Amino acid sequence: MSLTVSYWVIASVILPAVMAASILLLLRHRLTLSRLASIGSCVALIIIAGVLVSEADGGAIQSYALGNWRAPFGIVLVLDRLSAMMLLLTALLALAALIYAVSTGADRKGWHFHPLFQFQLLGLNGAFLTGDLFNLFVFFEVLLIASYGLMLHGQGAARLKAGVRYVIINLVGSTLFLVGVGLLYGVTGTLNMADLAVRVAAAPAGDQGLIAASALLLTTVFALKAALVPLHFWLPGTYAATSGAVAALFAIMTKVGAYSIIRTSTLIFGEDAGALAFVAGPWMLPAALMTIIIGFVGLFASRGLRDLAAWAVVGSMGALLCAVSVFTVEAMGSALYYILHSTLAAAALFLVVDLIAERRAEHGDAISLAPRFRQIEVLSGLFLLAAIAVVGLPPLSGFVGKLLILDGVRATPHAVWIWTVILTTTVIGILAFARAGSLIFWKSAAVEGEVSLRTLRGKRGGVAAAASLLLALAVLTVLSGPITDYTAATARQLFQPADYIEAVLGPQSGGRR
Amino acid sequence: MISLELLVASAIAVLTAAGVYLVLRRRTFPVVLGLAFLSYAINVFLFAMGRLVIDRPPLFDKAAEGYTDPLPQALVLTAIVIAFGMTAFVVVLALRSYLETGADRVDGTQDAEGDQ
Repeated sequence: MSLTVSYWVIASVILPAVMAASILLLLRHRLTLSRLASIGSCVALIIIAGVLVSEADGGAIQSYALGNWRAPFGIVLVLDRLSAMMLLLTALLALAALIYAVSTGADRKGWHFHPLFQFQLLGLNGAFLTGDLFNLFVFFEVLLIASYGLMLHGQGAARLKAGVRYVIINLVGSTLFLVGVGLLYGVTGTLNMADLAVRVAAAPAGDQGLIAASALLLTTVFALKAALVPLHFWLPGTYAATSGAVAALFAIMTKVGAYSIIRTSTLIFGEDAGALAFVAGPWMLPAALMTIIIGFVGLFASRGLRDLAAWAVVGSMGALLCAVSVFTVEAMGSALYYILHSTLAAAALFLVVDLIAERRAEHGDAISLAPRFRQIEVLSGLFLLAAIAVVGLPPLSGFVGKLLILDGVRATPHAVWIWTVILTTTVIGILAFARAGSLIFWKSAAVEGEVSLRTLRGKRGGVAAAASLLLALAVLTVLSGPITDYTAATARQLFQPADYIEAVLGPQSGGRR
Repeated sequence: MISLELLVASAIAVLTAAGVYLVLRRRTFPVVLGLAFLSYAINVFLFAMGRLVIDRPPLFDKAAEGYTDPLPQALVLTAIVIAFGMTAFVVVLALRSYLETGADRVDGTQDAEGDQ
């Protein structure tokens, strides 16, 4: 890899780490400066990620050996199309969430919001870049520990209750992760993902049972993060209890699970793995279908708008993992487009919902009759757009994404099931959002009185942050041609793990040893 | 004659069983203990994944006939540090949650009369 590119790769991990430490140590009592530093870091990360995407779009996979220890002995960071895309998505989302937090003053409700935010970005970027399974575990821990802090930021009884559950479920998940990693190391003697791919492909028949157990354990852990039914139950409570800005940032957290499933399934347990090829697929597809159904039915069970947004995340993860679990190039390309869409759409919905709840004062986010509130005209429009995007109606990218998924799975044997479930749940989604929207916006005109709201923060900035995410969705729709070209190329790259292995282990390895 | 492997494997099994049982309890304190048990089980398990070898150094030694795998030991060290930190965190979080909500149950509901 050329020297300059390697600097860009490592910068995307080092920058948030340095910023987090320096905000914590030097700027802890200076709110304005730490806000500026945090926003500056996010802007810089967008630039870095942009450079990395243009670099990765060339098609070559770049590997950076940390401390110059040669793979498979040292830890490597690997940049391919998928990693670069996820980095850019994270950076864009982070900037919108951060601007929202700053302009609504959510970052002042407790200590250390900005260092935690930067640590969260460090964990996310590291998880997307690392080429080592144990290092993936470490970055998972970094992003989880930061997420505990962010999730609990501002405190309050409801948040603490949900926080205890969120922390405990993730600690159990980390334990299972270590079992999976340990098993794989015990059988193959390596933790480098490229090296693992080679060794799993060459594993003797006697070891395949253990490797399959490890593959399924790892998939279980990633499915827990990705909120795949029946491991979804932590998500609605957690996302509904935390603040709007943090929930918007957490839209990427479920995608880390999806990313890890995609990475391990295509690279380590991919086509070359013989009897172990895509061993998790048959388990994932029914679970993903159930996830869509439960997610969209959950929309009807929601009493508050925040619950509504959280269940929408569950439903969208189902659609995403449906397309992933058939493991074909076409379906994977559509799933990658849907990752971009569903992350931005969920974040936009969380921000709009938070703005509404703020303005309804004592009525909060409850889906109930209440008088008209401030900025109802703008917010009803934004809610409509966000709902259209989340449910998947034209003209926004949700429609394009679902269409691509339906098209991508057409040739697979379970296409009938996927088509039926996705199309039916879309209707359910429309009904649920129409019910919530008409109660909160339309019928409010008939209610006498007004909400008692004294101060209002984030009148412009908060709305602008939410609107910018919707604008990003519009861009995603308008540019869906070039973007789907990119995701299709990404999917093709993922299904040629030999390139990845060669980039990490050197040309002589050539895929098999 | 009981082999070392059997002893270590049963130790992991007992720790895991105790951990799983405690994690499924209703109150936070047993759950925290259960998480600690689970992490102990995982530490021993990771260590055993480098194969059980007696009287061999992990790093270079001129007089050594062979070596034991040093990597799992490094992994265990990382896992111990993370588990230690997380246990401390979850204890403080559970305490704070108890003080603020008055309930010490993982599902967040209030305690009923005579509830264990």
